[in-house]
Amino acid sequence: MLKIKDLHANIKGKEILRGINLEIKAGEVHAIMGPNGSGKSTLAAVLAGREIFEVTHGEVTFNDKNLLELSPEDRSREGLFLGFQYPIEIPGVSMVNFMKAAVNEQRKHRGLEQLSPADFLKMMREKKELVEIDSALTNRSVNEGFSGGEKKKNEIFQMAMLDPKLSILDETDSGLDIDALRIVANGVNKLKTANNASIVITHYQRLLDYIVPDHVHILYNGRIVKSAGKELALELEEKGYDWIKNGE
Amino acid sequence: MSKTTTISVKEELVDLYLSNLDLITDRSSAILNRGRQAAIENFNLLGLPEAKSEKYKYSKIEPLFTQDLEKYFTPKDITFKIDDIFRCDIPEIGTDLALVLNGFYLPKGDKLKKLDNGVIYGSLAEASVKYPEIVSKHYNTIADNTSEGLVALNTAFIQDGVFIYIPKGVEMDRPIQIINLMMSDENLFVQYRNLVVMEESSKASIVICDHTLSVQKFLSNVVTEVVAKPNSNLELIKMQNEHNDSAQLSHTYVHQQRDSKVTTNTISLHGGFIRNNLNVLLDDVGCENNSYGLHLTDRTQHIDNYSFIDHAKPNCTSNELFKGIMDDQATGAFNGRILVRRDAQQTQAFQSNNNLLLTADAKMNTKPQLEIYADDVKCSHGATVGQLDMEAKFYMQARGIGEKEAKLLLMIGFAHDVVKKISIEPLRVRIDELVDKRLRGELSRCHNCPMHCC
Repeated sequence: MLKIKDLHANIKGKEILRGINLEIKAGEVHAIMGPNGSGKSTLAAVLAGREIFEVTHGEVTFNDKNLLELSPEDRSREGLFLGFQYPIEIPGVSMVNFMKAAVNEQRKHRGLEQLSPADFLKMMREKKELVEIDSALTNRSVNEGFSGGEKKKNEIFQMAMLDPKLSILDETDSGLDIDALRIVANGVNKLKTANNASIVITHYQRLLDYIVPDHVHILYNGRIVKSAGKELALELEEKGYDWIKNGE
Repeated sequence: MSKTTTISVKEELVDLYLSNLDLITDRSSAILNRGRQAAIENFNLLGLPEAKSEKYKYSKIEPLFTQDLEKYFTPKDITFKIDDIFRCDIPEIGTDLALVLNGFYLPKGDKLKKLDNGVIYGSLAEASVKYPEIVSKHYNTIADNTSEGLVALNTAFIQDGVFIYIPKGVEMDRPIQIINLMMSDENLFVQYRNLVVMEESSKASIVICDHTLSVQKFLSNVVTEVVAKPNSNLELIKMQNEHNDSAQLSHTYVHQQRDSKVTTNTISLHGGFIRNNLNVLLDDVGCENNSYGLHLTDRTQHIDNYSFIDHAKPNCTSNELFKGIMDDQATGAFNGRILVRRDAQQTQAFQSNNNLLLTADAKMNTKPQLEIYADDVKCSHGATVGQLDMEAKFYMQARGIGEKEAKLLLMIGFAHDVVKKISIEPLRVRIDELVDKRLRGELSRCHNCPMHCC
């Protein structure tokens, strides 16, 4: 589904990603872990098409398309979803209008008709239940005045609405209490199918108690320095990141 | 050798008054004629606002008057069948309708209507004859003829406009709508006057829509006086939708008495040159004033909102929110003055002005001005001039929303902050639609209305 080959990326002339190689297949859950500043969020942002990062080398194909040539909106329409570490507040734009615009753009891209208002509201209701998000939140402006936990739940709600092929969840667990973490993880698990895949970016092992990864990668200094099964996360939890940093 | 003398615009206007004095006064009642002499004398002293005046720093008034404009002192005969061509769709919300064409009240039936509940609305000229006691008591009592030359000019010349009277204790359950139409085969200068009297404990909503229906140049200089008596509640919504060759000078005076509530919301959708002056006097305890404004300004349009909230008495609250979106080479200004007098303890006064500039050429000047002489007050003001939030734009794109649509949604969201203050739901929905269309670059005329307003 996603193939990353020797990906290098800069911000303001400073190289952050220094040759990432990664392949993700349908049905898989990959966890990317690593210390602060290792490039985890940069990788997510580059894949989603943030313009402030400059890709200097390498290639990324997503379902056989050259991902790096696509605009951020086309990446989304092709089925890529980024769950933001810091979801943005958009005053004045209601969740309903925001989601209606997003869902209909996605449907247009797939050659489907626009949803009728009744069908759209029905879909909203179902997905809200699925991710256990408070109904009142979707009547408000996008993320405006939401708590940290509500914002993260809202990301999972949007993911449920858009039904992506590949979800990249950037530190979705940061700032969550244990209840919110469970709800977010449940949402991700319920949305998992044999045809989609996820990349879970996290700093701590905690989230991986709830979302069990097939592969764990450790990103350090802009490169994936170690890849293994889920047991790697436990090892990290025990030893910390120092053994990676010290090049053991 | 010939010698040319140039006479000033001011002198020309005074001459115009003197040479048409009979025409003006013969058609008017004694009440409307009463203030003319003093007004023209004031105007002769004050003249038009000058460029060096701080209050008019960003809006040059005189050039508007040097255009070649016709003035009429009797309604000009215009082939215009209201019922055929004007079916405004705001009446879907069930409004009582008052039409003004080029400054003269245009009856669809009677020039003045009296509803069963005692509400009177219609022509100001007619009202000053039929209800002299009401008009006489309020007309020209709060407009400032002594320091504002344009208001003095209006008082000297006006012959008609709209009169609205809400009797004591009456609560209107549907809005009254005033539609001001400009339509002519010549360039035109128009002045008229509106008077709104809210008796004790009355409640009403008034919607004023300004439209240009032909392509000629128009200049209008309009004064609206609002008297809000104790415990009354008025919502006054103004929709400005005129073409790029139009100029509008609008002066609204609000006099609030004990425990009254007045909300004004000025939506400037379109217009070549707009200057709105809003003057509010909170003249007794317990008043609440809300002044809102939104402008969508593009190409070479110019908008200037001036407001003056005078907290003269204790325990009053005022909220101001003005927002604007400027595109292309548009220019604009906001000047919000709040005065809290020494006796006005426990005043709460809040003001905010936020502007979005879409291009590097658009220009906005904003000047909050608080003068506080009381020591137990809560006041705040803030002004911002900025660009669209790129983080928010990216967030939307990351959900599949195209860049253009994302920008539009952000602008609509920005504008909605002001529109959502409108309490009449169908009207709020309609105005949201108009704002949406305007920002999408579609004509912002009402979709059922066959007139080409801009």
